[in-house]
Amino acid sequence: MAYELSHLRTLESEAIHIFREVAAELERPVLLFSGGKDSIVLLRLAEKAFWPARFPFPVMHVDTGHNFPEVIEFRDRRVEELGARLVVASVQESIDSGRVREETGPRASRNRLQTTTLLDAIAEHGFDACFGGARRDEERARAKERIFSFRDDFGQWDPKAQRPELWNLYNGRVRKGEHVRVFPLSNWTELDVWQYIAEEGLAIPPIYFAHEREVFARDGMLYATSDFVELLPEEEPFAASVRYRTVGDMSCTGAVRSDAATLEDVVAEIAATRITERGETRADDRVTEAAMEDRKREGYF
Amino acid sequence: MAPPGAAGNGLLTSERQTEMLRFATAGSVDDGKSTLIGRLLYDTKELFEDQLEAVERTSAQRGDSYVDLALLTDGLRAEREQGITIDVAYRYFATPRRKFVIADTPGHIQYTRNMVTGASTADLSIVLIDARKGVVEQSRRHAFLSSLLRIPHLVVAVNKMDLVDYDEAVYERIAEDFSSWASKLEATDITFTPISALHGDNLVERSANMPWYQGPSLLYHLEHVHIASDRNLIDNRFPRAVGGAPDGRRAPRLPRLRGPGRERGVQAGGRGGRAAVGEGDAGQAHRHLRRPGRGGLLPAVGDHAARGRCRHLARRLHLPPSQPAGEAREFEAMVCWMTDHPLREGARYAIKHTSRTARAVVDEVRYRLDVNTLHRDEEAGGLDLNEIGRLRLRTSAPLHLDEYRRNRATGGFILIDEGTNDTVGAGMVLGTEG
Repeated sequence: MAYELSHLRTLESEAIHIFREVAAELERPVLLFSGGKDSIVLLRLAEKAFWPARFPFPVMHVDTGHNFPEVIEFRDRRVEELGARLVVASVQESIDSGRVREETGPRASRNRLQTTTLLDAIAEHGFDACFGGARRDEERARAKERIFSFRDDFGQWDPKAQRPELWNLYNGRVRKGEHVRVFPLSNWTELDVWQYIAEEGLAIPPIYFAHEREVFARDGMLYATSDFVELLPEEEPFAASVRYRTVGDMSCTGAVRSDAATLEDVVAEIAATRITERGETRADDRVTEAAMEDRKREGYF
Repeated sequence: MAPPGAAGNGLLTSERQTEMLRFATAGSVDDGKSTLIGRLLYDTKELFEDQLEAVERTSAQRGDSYVDLALLTDGLRAEREQGITIDVAYRYFATPRRKFVIADTPGHIQYTRNMVTGASTADLSIVLIDARKGVVEQSRRHAFLSSLLRIPHLVVAVNKMDLVDYDEAVYERIAEDFSSWASKLEATDITFTPISALHGDNLVERSANMPWYQGPSLLYHLEHVHIASDRNLIDNRFPRAVGGAPDGRRAPRLPRLRGPGRERGVQAGGRGGRAAVGEGDAGQAHRHLRRPGRGGLLPAVGDHAARGRCRHLARRLHLPPSQPAGEAREFEAMVCWMTDHPLREGARYAIKHTSRTARAVVDEVRYRLDVNTLHRDEEAGGLDLNEIGRLRLRTSAPLHLDEYRRNRATGGFILIDEGTNDTVGAGMVLGTEG
């Protein structure tokens, strides 16, 4: 007789509980879905938490306009399969309406602009809870964040005044204009996410597997050539077999050299790696010591 | 639409069976907590090169002569500036046997509330003692809080053994000191281990420097300590179940904890036939549903439904009778106070217990407990930030309570200030009266 649950089932069970808590206690939740591996798992858990009924909230994508086309295609297909309502919050529209100003130059990125677009969309739709796929193992500021993370009416996170969070009793109380970010995958690691994808047989965008792509090297990372990035004079594009470990903007997400063509290969590669996923692939975290903490304070994911 | 859980291609079966252990470490500067965690991560290859490089770079910039591993877990700017842990950080590592979640919590008394947050879900707690200093106020406080929160297993790690020449007598004296004091606590399982976090003695492997120590290494203990029986799987409790029609056409209902359901002894949400199980219930459901003759299993509602067995759910949920939870509007509880605004007799708060929220009034502060000396002050009349005391509470609606010692999930509650919406208190039910 089995009394224990495997660690994946324990994590799954914790996440399902969180989904149900939010659905029961908050008025207008939304699930942030980027088409990346973490939000793919998030979506599956939402599905399970309310099966056989459909989960009772829409999904939202903050579209920078600089996404990988394969990922957008995947996003649309998945949302259609689920019959869910998709809200697209567009950074391009924020730029066009003058809410934010586009960065320029070879290192321009829309990463930081997303925060404004996200907060505007939350206000516009009156969302009071946003499910996100952030994990505590990603980054040390995230390691400090609660599962229910309170945001004031400016969308700000105050790391020094977090609500105590005990047992599985979550306090999601908000006033009008405030909201909570909810992270059901808080205790998952990158490897857990991959194992779950494998175990559940979840579809993922093809860029997570090794493929030939034209890339260029910058600051020790490989970036895809695209309309969204200006090359510096000395940068010479070349073809390589790469895959992506994380999915963000084409302008700031690095590829890794890889021949991993199957899920087994990918999991084996992740299990053996000696570098964190954000360290290996994200330029946006490299700005300063506290780049993530600073962005989170402003309302970033 | 493909039903969830229908797939599963048999990949990675070995990893899938890994059990999860959550443990809490408490401590502050100089007691070796960060070194211990850094070392465990390093030795289990969970410390990544870019993380280590970042820490080395920062240490060098500050002019430190050593690599400060605290920088790994002290993730906030304020923590790095002040050199202290303020809030709990979570870290993860795994061995082939188990996945571990470390709640790295602050040791300072002014951050007790954050320590309690991190410790509330732990299966095991590690109290670090500096071999040169012996049992100090802070070690006693940590051990007391661990026992108050009913963390089932306590490890007393006597650290910095290298600085006392790996002397058995020093270790024995500390273990004796601690044991005699701990007899006042309701701690059931205490393990002592002499270690040197800096040099790795008795962390992963048994140390050749301490041949007199016959026990397991710290990691071996973490991998093998028996946790499967810690949860109460005897009493049926289903605080947040989802009801819904099997055909999926009806919207999910999220009933709250109600009185005993149709099945004897089941404190379930949902009405008889449509109850399914959620977080915290799965292990329990396994226990009953995997019984010979009952067949099937019910890990989570999605999986189960996916296999097209939703309509059989009711039949499968006919659980054996168990002691129902008590129903009470008045009860006593130990409460840890977590806000600057003091608690006073007569004050009202929102109380959240399992999935139910009601209002509670503090009828009486029976006593305030000094967490360092365990002295009870019956004249206190209130609690300030980080203080712990025994209260008598009365609620606006009956709650289905268990004693916290019998069931952490149905014996714990939080108090919320309805003015600020902050979580201001954490409570553990002691007993009920009517």
